[in-house]
Amino acid sequence: MNAASSLHPVLALLLAPLLPGVINRIKALFGGRRGPPLLQLYFDLWKLFRKGAVYSRTTTWVFRAGPLVNFACLVAALALLPLGRVAAPVSFAGDLVLLAYLLGLGRFATVAAALDTGSSFEGMGASREVQFAVFAEPALLAGLAALAHATQSLSLSGMYAAWPAATLPVLALLGAGLFILFLAENCRMPVDDPNTHLELTMIHEVMVLDHGGVDFGFVLWGSALKLWVLGALLAGLLPPPATGHPLADLAVGAGWLLALAAATGAVESVMARVRLLRVPQLLVGAGVLCALGLLLTFR
Amino acid sequence: MPADASIHLFLLLWALGVLLISGVASALAGRWSERTSVVLGIAGAGMACLAGLAAAVAGLTARATGTIMLPWRIPYGAFSLGLDSLSAFFLIPLFLLSGLAAVFASGYFRPWNERNPGRFWLFYNLLVASMALVVLARNGVLFLVAWEAMSLASFFLVTFDDRAADAREAGWIYLVATHVGTAFLIAVFILLGRESGSQEFSAYAVPAGSAGALFLLGLLGFGTKAGLFPLHVWLPEAHPAAPSPVSAVMSGVMIKTGIYGIVRMLAVMGAVPGWCAWLVLAIGAVSGVLGVLFALAQHDLKRLLAYHSVENVGIITLGLGLGMLGVHYGIPAVAALGFAGGLLHVLNHALFKGLLFLGAGAVAHATGTRDIERLGGLLKRMPWTGAAFLAGAVAICGLPPFNGFASEFLIYVGAFRTLLANGGLALGGLVAVVALALIGGLAAACFAKAFGIVFQGEPRSPAAAAAHEVPRSLVAPMLVLAALCLAIGLGAGAVVRALDPAVAQLAGPIVMSDAPRGIFPIALGTVLALLVALTLALAWIRRRLLAGRSVRAAVTWDCGYAAPTASMQYTATGFAQPLTNGAWAILQPHVEARLPQGVFPVSASFESHAPDVARANLYDPLFRRLAVGLGWFRWLQQGQVHWYVLYIVVVLMVLLAWALVS
Repeated sequence: MNAASSLHPVLALLLAPLLPGVINRIKALFGGRRGPPLLQLYFDLWKLFRKGAVYSRTTTWVFRAGPLVNFACLVAALALLPLGRVAAPVSFAGDLVLLAYLLGLGRFATVAAALDTGSSFEGMGASREVQFAVFAEPALLAGLAALAHATQSLSLSGMYAAWPAATLPVLALLGAGLFILFLAENCRMPVDDPNTHLELTMIHEVMVLDHGGVDFGFVLWGSALKLWVLGALLAGLLPPPATGHPLADLAVGAGWLLALAAATGAVESVMARVRLLRVPQLLVGAGVLCALGLLLTFR
Repeated sequence: MPADASIHLFLLLWALGVLLISGVASALAGRWSERTSVVLGIAGAGMACLAGLAAAVAGLTARATGTIMLPWRIPYGAFSLGLDSLSAFFLIPLFLLSGLAAVFASGYFRPWNERNPGRFWLFYNLLVASMALVVLARNGVLFLVAWEAMSLASFFLVTFDDRAADAREAGWIYLVATHVGTAFLIAVFILLGRESGSQEFSAYAVPAGSAGALFLLGLLGFGTKAGLFPLHVWLPEAHPAAPSPVSAVMSGVMIKTGIYGIVRMLAVMGAVPGWCAWLVLAIGAVSGVLGVLFALAQHDLKRLLAYHSVENVGIITLGLGLGMLGVHYGIPAVAALGFAGGLLHVLNHALFKGLLFLGAGAVAHATGTRDIERLGGLLKRMPWTGAAFLAGAVAICGLPPFNGFASEFLIYVGAFRTLLANGGLALGGLVAVVALALIGGLAAACFAKAFGIVFQGEPRSPAAAAAHEVPRSLVAPMLVLAALCLAIGLGAGAVVRALDPAVAQLAGPIVMSDAPRGIFPIALGTVLALLVALTLALAWIRRRLLAGRSVRAAVTWDCGYAAPTASMQYTATGFAQPLTNGAWAILQPHVEARLPQGVFPVSASFESHAPDVARANLYDPLFRRLAVGLGWFRWLQQGQVHWYVLYIVVVLMVLLAWALVS
């Protein structure tokens, strides 16, 4: 572990709220608007963390714990997350399973908090969220399995330590699969529309309708962190090889994440969302891409 | 250093004796004093379980091994008991959960209302004693006798509420299923003992070339008890019909005697062919995925939990299959991880499934219903039960930091290690990984539904609205189990190390070149501790931030409706509908819908049931044909005694003639 490794979680916590800002600026650019400031989410967080709270009478401590548990899961996931060629602070054989399940616990906490309100809208969002997770989790683990086989390593840091981790066709397949997952898990187009105002069509936004103030601040910051975590799994597939300067590697990784956010904004600008019934097919497609990647690594 | 186990065995024998005596005494006392009967039963169960637990834990940590043998005047039979790491390990959840469930039962049945407590405690204590005897037996005949006693005792517990028609039918299905399973086991034991002419486990020998067939027979027999798909049909009938503490014991530990049987068979037989390992892996994956899929479609809380037993037994079997593959292909790390994960999941499942069944019992006790659609808002009314149930739900989904994650993690890592190899074995690993991930996602969906609809939101019926927290004797066992789930999740490294000798019995000496300090990574525990600490720190920060600010209460935001009603909430069926619809071809649900019609619809209804597919498509037709086929022999049954005497005489004559000729 070096300085860059221990710096990464701090950097992620501080820079993650920039990613939604980049996405929105790119979307504004495509739409010919000026768009919100790049730092809008920082302003929002500052505002929210100074607010009081209004809770539904139906809710219990589970509702209040949801955003906190989700946020804690994502921060704990940062401890296992390599960025580009920079190794994670903690790594061990099988850490990818813990990372996937930390995301799972965060999702469970969010869903439980949504159901705690007794709102039919939030129930609907929760139902969709768990449904998509059923398809997304096997796809994510199949993708990581392909990387494990290609690099003969069982820890994330080992898998991403060198570039290229696998042959270029394999990397392309995995990259495509993981990009679909990245969009789906972060509730971006073409799976979910973060701009919609119609509750009936929402997935993630509708689950947090009743959160406000400090809790909502953790929700927003948590979503930004989730972009960062899943983005880093994708960014690690990209060049260059290690430069020899850990801090330079870290800067390259962060640069790729910003580029990924820009790409997300571009996708979101040019695509419509698919019908909800088609989302499972999209996710199964991502899983098939990852599994194909694994089959290609067999010699 | 292996220690001598005579002290442990003596303590265990004492526990068995206490269980028998207290059970019989409770039954005798039940006729004249309810109170005496209950006190005798619970005291016996409590003392025996404490003593047994102490002996088992001490035996496992001291790696004690030993046998005792008392003569028994039954052909081939001997009262030979043995303790080794495997037996000691299986005894731990057995005594732990049985003891806690007994405490729960003492409050659960109050008031007994014309039910005879003596009858309950007799069969309960007999069930615990016979399960322990199954795990300790080292003689085939003794094993089968204990196995049969266990089946019968649990049958009488399933039908304890014998005025309910569904309990009687469930008991009947269970009785048939368990005896079909036993028939396979008798064949296995006869074949194993044929060469040496002895039914001692130590004298067993596998007839040359038949290891695979023998293992298959045993898998059928033990798989029926364990509830592996498609042998699971009795499970979703018997578990809901039984009183909740009995469901907890049956699901938590009794079905694990089936797993114990498979594992003991592996230890006794030594090498099995490679296809057996692949078969076990495949059955595990299929049971796991289908079990949770069926669970998702249930509305009855206990039936839902029963299907989750099929799922979890599938996960255990998946681990065992990986372990067997590791042994077959000579990869010690995979063998150790697979078996360690499977065995740890046996303990973990006992804890969280026991907890969840007790929770379901507490809900039924407080509201009088198990129908998920009629519940809701119970977390406010039953805070302790709700919190414990939530812990169990997170644990059964395999989410950190609870214990379910620890065992699934080991199986995952075992599967990932096969991926380091090339070719077929790696493909098996990929199947295991994808199956586990799919099971994890579906289980999370199912328990989000179970917890969310039962405990959260607003009550959906007057019974749920009037619910109160259950008495302390019901809450305490649940809290103990929840605490153990968390403790094992956070301290999994130490638990797995304690398991090493039991794993080594199956996987051979544990050699892990890259993990010298045990197969469970220490860093994982660190990250989980970080997770818990972070959550607590965030809660503290949130509290500090909100201190002194306005915190108000309002209605749930429902697009401006000011007076939302309970019936506007999402239902369990609706919550699971996207997934159950997707799996329509597998679940084959019966749906009866009367859709709203006209401009001002008056009434509408929707009903759906998901009958067991294996039962509807496999067993029901099979048993119908069987009944028709056997109907041909009905003329033999005349119902007149002299006909039967004639049969006996004819059979005797034939046998005599046969004996003279040959």
